[in-house]
Amino acid sequence: MSIRFRDGGESCLVVELGNAIEIALNRQVRALSQALEQVRVKGVLEAVPTYRSLAIYYDPLTIGRDALRQQVSSLYGSLADQGDRTPKIVEVPTVYGREYGPDIEFVARHSGLSPDEVIRLHSEPLYHVYMLGFMAGFPYLGDLSERLAVPRLSTPRLKVPAGSVGIGGRQTGIYPIESPGGWRIIGRTSLRLFDPSSETPTPILPGDKVRFMPIAQRGRL
Amino acid sequence: MDAFEVVKPGFLSTVQDLGRIGYQKFGVPTSGAMDRTALRAANLLLDNKEGFAGLEATAEGPTLRALIDVVVAIVGADMQPLVDGRSVECRTAIEIRSGQTLELQRARRGLRAYLAVAGGIDVPTMLGSRSTCLPAAFGGVCGRALREDDRLPISPIDRQPTALIGRRLPSGWLKPIDEVLTVRVILGLQEDEFTSEGIHTFLSESYRVTPQMDRVGVRLHGPAIAHRSGADIISDSTPLGAVQVAADGQPMILLADRQTTGGYTKIAVVMQEDISRLGQARPEQVVRFRQISISEACAALRTYEERFDVLRRTWQSPPRERGSYRLRLGAGSYRASVDEVRGAYRVSLEGIERELDDAEEQ
Repeated sequence: MSIRFRDGGESCLVVELGNAIEIALNRQVRALSQALEQVRVKGVLEAVPTYRSLAIYYDPLTIGRDALRQQVSSLYGSLADQGDRTPKIVEVPTVYGREYGPDIEFVARHSGLSPDEVIRLHSEPLYHVYMLGFMAGFPYLGDLSERLAVPRLSTPRLKVPAGSVGIGGRQTGIYPIESPGGWRIIGRTSLRLFDPSSETPTPILPGDKVRFMPIAQRGRL
Repeated sequence: MDAFEVVKPGFLSTVQDLGRIGYQKFGVPTSGAMDRTALRAANLLLDNKEGFAGLEATAEGPTLRALIDVVVAIVGADMQPLVDGRSVECRTAIEIRSGQTLELQRARRGLRAYLAVAGGIDVPTMLGSRSTCLPAAFGGVCGRALREDDRLPISPIDRQPTALIGRRLPSGWLKPIDEVLTVRVILGLQEDEFTSEGIHTFLSESYRVTPQMDRVGVRLHGPAIAHRSGADIISDSTPLGAVQVAADGQPMILLADRQTTGGYTKIAVVMQEDISRLGQARPEQVVRFRQISISEACAALRTYEERFDVLRRTWQSPPRERGSYRLRLGAGSYRASVDEVRGAYRVSLEGIERELDDAEEQ
């Protein structure tokens, strides 16, 4: 498959590997990102892997755009077939429903399920971490069961508490810090998802797997 | 070593350096000064490293009481600084004595002023930077804007560089913001998600800065920019200065505290130097976009960096003799004069002028 370069200004090169949300494609993005980190190209400041593209930030007075493109193309060409490392599995203890998951009743009604079935469907899969973004430490997890796909809030909440577990489209995610947000909130975890005093500030990294572990306090409303 | 105590915090005063590099993959915003040009110049005035942390004051500055003798420089928006009620100069190294009060008032022109202190503000480095990250509430002073009674520590230095007092930025070195701020942009992210009329609208119409503007970004208002089919994309990285256009067709320029990823189409990215100029834009400011190529952007960036080289060369290796010197850099030539003040050399750069024809002979 061919890659496509796009300029994000004079100091950012975006490498698009495709245009879909797919685990295999996302794995390629991460592999390219890691390969780039290993060769330490002079002038490259950082690389940000997302679903299907890698953004490379660089100093154009140290490395030219065309030279960088060439390096990336050859790195991409020599990527080994991805027998990915055994992914790390992060377990996320989650209290579903009640004040912790105020939208669970809505999700249940919308999907024609009981709240318990919502919990089961949400906590069953081993989710893939596509990327971190939106806010510090926020993991984009997929793929959510089609049966749980619900529209986002038409007016985002001004305050979603830290640790809230939300769903939106075919994705689920966890809010690491209190913030505004438009996803439907179905539970909350006490796991700390962002610690700026640590050099690796997030316990969940792209490529990891995540499983939600329902814990006791749930119960019906 | 605490250098200042906050008497009045001002509208929004945060500690900022040149930003946090290397952590966007964890979703951590880059943060950093909104007008990097001003912070870098303020630091250079004091022989600081350009990336030392300073204080970014917004719209209405803070009032600070000095706890020790310090040498500082204020560059950026004109906040009519006062020391013990008497006006002092901007863009100049000045001394503030222990016990004196520095007051930054309402910005007359521009929006943000930077206070650099010899030695640099010494809040803890977190994830490689001292910048305050407001969205994730860390860095700077407790991850937030200054409050009354906060203290600002500086790195211990042998002695405050009093010899620098009076050093000033050459007049004209900082470009004032015109009535219409033309920012140079590079097309190319989701450019193909827009109709050619949409791109034409973007590059030919005027946009006005709305009051929805903060460290995250500046929302503009003007003729709608037409998409081909929609404004949503699979979320990807959002570079500093990216011009994002949501479904309403209105552009928003993403700045220091922006999210690291986003799901709206981005039509272009503002070149680095002009991102700093946007940091001084106030509501109602008229903005226009001018397309440039990557190679033009790199040439412009080189010229921009040369302006700092001029300052560095003039100030950091003072000539041994008094007199007038001419500095040549690329196609530009600059006049520098050196004189002796209180046993120290004072170097000033005058009237930056370009002399293309006779430069060869100098």
